[in-house]
Amino acid sequence: MAQSDREGGVAPVQVRGTVLTVRRVDAYVAMTVVAPAIATRFRPGQFIAIAVGGPQSAMLGRRMFSVHDVRPDHGGTVEFVFAPREPGTQWLADCRSRDVLDVVGPLGRPFPVPRDPASCLLLGVGTSAAPLFSLSARLADRSCPTDFLLGAESADRVFGALTARRTGRSAVITTNDGSLGSRGSVVDMLPTVVQQARTDVIYASAPLGVLRAVCTLADRYAIPVQALVTEPTMMCGTGLCMGCVLPTVGNDGITRMVRACVDGPVFRGDAVRWDDVGTIPFDALGAPGWKPRPGAPASVTAPTAPSAPDTPPAHGTAGERSNAG
Amino acid sequence: MPADLRTRIGHLDLPSPIVTASGCAGTGRELAQFTDVARIGAVTTKSVTLEPRAGNPAPRLAETPSGMLSSAGLQGPGMDGFLQRDLPWLLSRGARAVVSVAGHTAREYGELASRLSDAAGVTAIEVNLGCPDAAAAGRPFALDAAAAGQVVAAVRGSARYDIPVFAKLSPEVTDIVAVARSCVSAGADGLSMINTLPGMAIDPVTMRPALAGLSGGLSGPAIRPVAVRCVWQVREALPDVPIIGAGGVRTGRDALELLLAGAALIAVGTVLFHDPSACSRIQRELEEELGARGVDRVSDIVGRAHEPAGYGAERHSWV
Repeated sequence: MAQSDREGGVAPVQVRGTVLTVRRVDAYVAMTVVAPAIATRFRPGQFIAIAVGGPQSAMLGRRMFSVHDVRPDHGGTVEFVFAPREPGTQWLADCRSRDVLDVVGPLGRPFPVPRDPASCLLLGVGTSAAPLFSLSARLADRSCPTDFLLGAESADRVFGALTARRTGRSAVITTNDGSLGSRGSVVDMLPTVVQQARTDVIYASAPLGVLRAVCTLADRYAIPVQALVTEPTMMCGTGLCMGCVLPTVGNDGITRMVRACVDGPVFRGDAVRWDDVGTIPFDALGAPGWKPRPGAPASVTAPTAPSAPDTPPAHGTAGERSNAG
Repeated sequence: MPADLRTRIGHLDLPSPIVTASGCAGTGRELAQFTDVARIGAVTTKSVTLEPRAGNPAPRLAETPSGMLSSAGLQGPGMDGFLQRDLPWLLSRGARAVVSVAGHTAREYGELASRLSDAAGVTAIEVNLGCPDAAAAGRPFALDAAAAGQVVAAVRGSARYDIPVFAKLSPEVTDIVAVARSCVSAGADGLSMINTLPGMAIDPVTMRPALAGLSGGLSGPAIRPVAVRCVWQVREALPDVPIIGAGGVRTGRDALELLLAGAALIAVGTVLFHDPSACSRIQRELEEELGARGVDRVSDIVGRAHEPAGYGAERHSWV
């Protein structure tokens, strides 16, 4: 129900998109594909799923990319950024202008944006930071001041530092080796930034470990987090394969295994049981030995969607939950 | 002229021989965004269990050459959730629902079948025999002809008489014909083959098994030759039993191959992860392939490969 009837959202489309540009950006590849149907439907935080290796490809899994930006030229283009690490993304990086790709999108739940101006912190690590820039533009439309906190292993892997400096109220960069900004991880700088910027809401897009640390810290400051997850690895992006499940707690307090591709990739930080990702918590609905609570017929689909950040979650319940986990 | 794809199995009338394979079409809603579910033959559901199931931990899938390893662990809402939400939705969209059922004992399968018989609109029941048998220390039912037969008998005994029962067979047996015979004599109206082959992959980065469940079922184009062999053998032994052929069907030509081997229906599975509109595309391609060979009705070529060489040689002009 909630997942695919897509309340408020628009259904994704499958299109053949022509590659417009492929360019190197530091350690990454940025690719622009002409896909008007996707560009017009897109909202920040959503992603696209691209088939790699041609029509008879031996690589059956699609590759998922958060959309960095959409532009109106050529009817509508979609830009995404990736690091070619395995044969699939390597193939993609070798594509040239005018090549045609099989693209599905836009997929997943977008970032919810506050109704009233709020101080927003946009936190990203490496290429995961890509979806934050279209979000920042959308937040600017709503007169929300945005601060950036970007990190990576080294200077050439920090994505969008320049744009962040130009468009954000402030931009703090961290690198593990200290080659740009301050040495360390984004998590080390988070308390300082949050206090200086008087952050009302954090938008985070990073690997799982960072998201977990960010959510723990944010919980301490009682700041809601909207976290964009890229793990567990998605195979289809459309919800068919049931591969990318992670445990989340619904508003009714019941833990369910939900698909990151349709119920995410953006989750409310306190809804995800970060410590239990990669497991089936014993109290999850349908876990081995699980029994329905008497008198409370449990619904398998989440009763309500993760809410917008302008309704701060009750933090007391989050504490109880971690005990239960 | 495009060929007539209408397919009749027993008293079932389907607009097309192309159906989805169990566990690859979600609840049908995910697929409906890319394919008109009313225009394909039928939607085979994820295997429905009695109680809700959380499934296995992630990672559940691993990509292998032309294949996919998966161990999702039958995550699903259970029979109540299925009957409340998923089945009504499929029917509201005009789709035909082949409901796959899974359990751990023959009695559980029987109960599932009787629950489905009380609901309106079930086109057929597919018995997922790939589940571990609680009575045989977790060996899948499909690996033992007698155990498979018992489950099929339980389902046939509890299902309404007018709902056909298909038994889904595993290729992981020495003699698939023996299992097929056992299922048919236990009352199966048809057979569905093949389920996945057990496989394993190790992630060179983490140096650990790629799946949380260690091993998983291999599917996709990599196993298509196995499917063709199984369908061929069973068709040869039991020519009157309708077969749902499945295993890595990616194009209309692949579907044609399984039809020639003896399958009356073609289930599209793993390829849907790669191309969510594959069902409509394969249907269109099959129509074209048949048209190019001068075949008017798809039913005319089911099992054609079993006929002696030279039969219909006059049609070979297209080669």
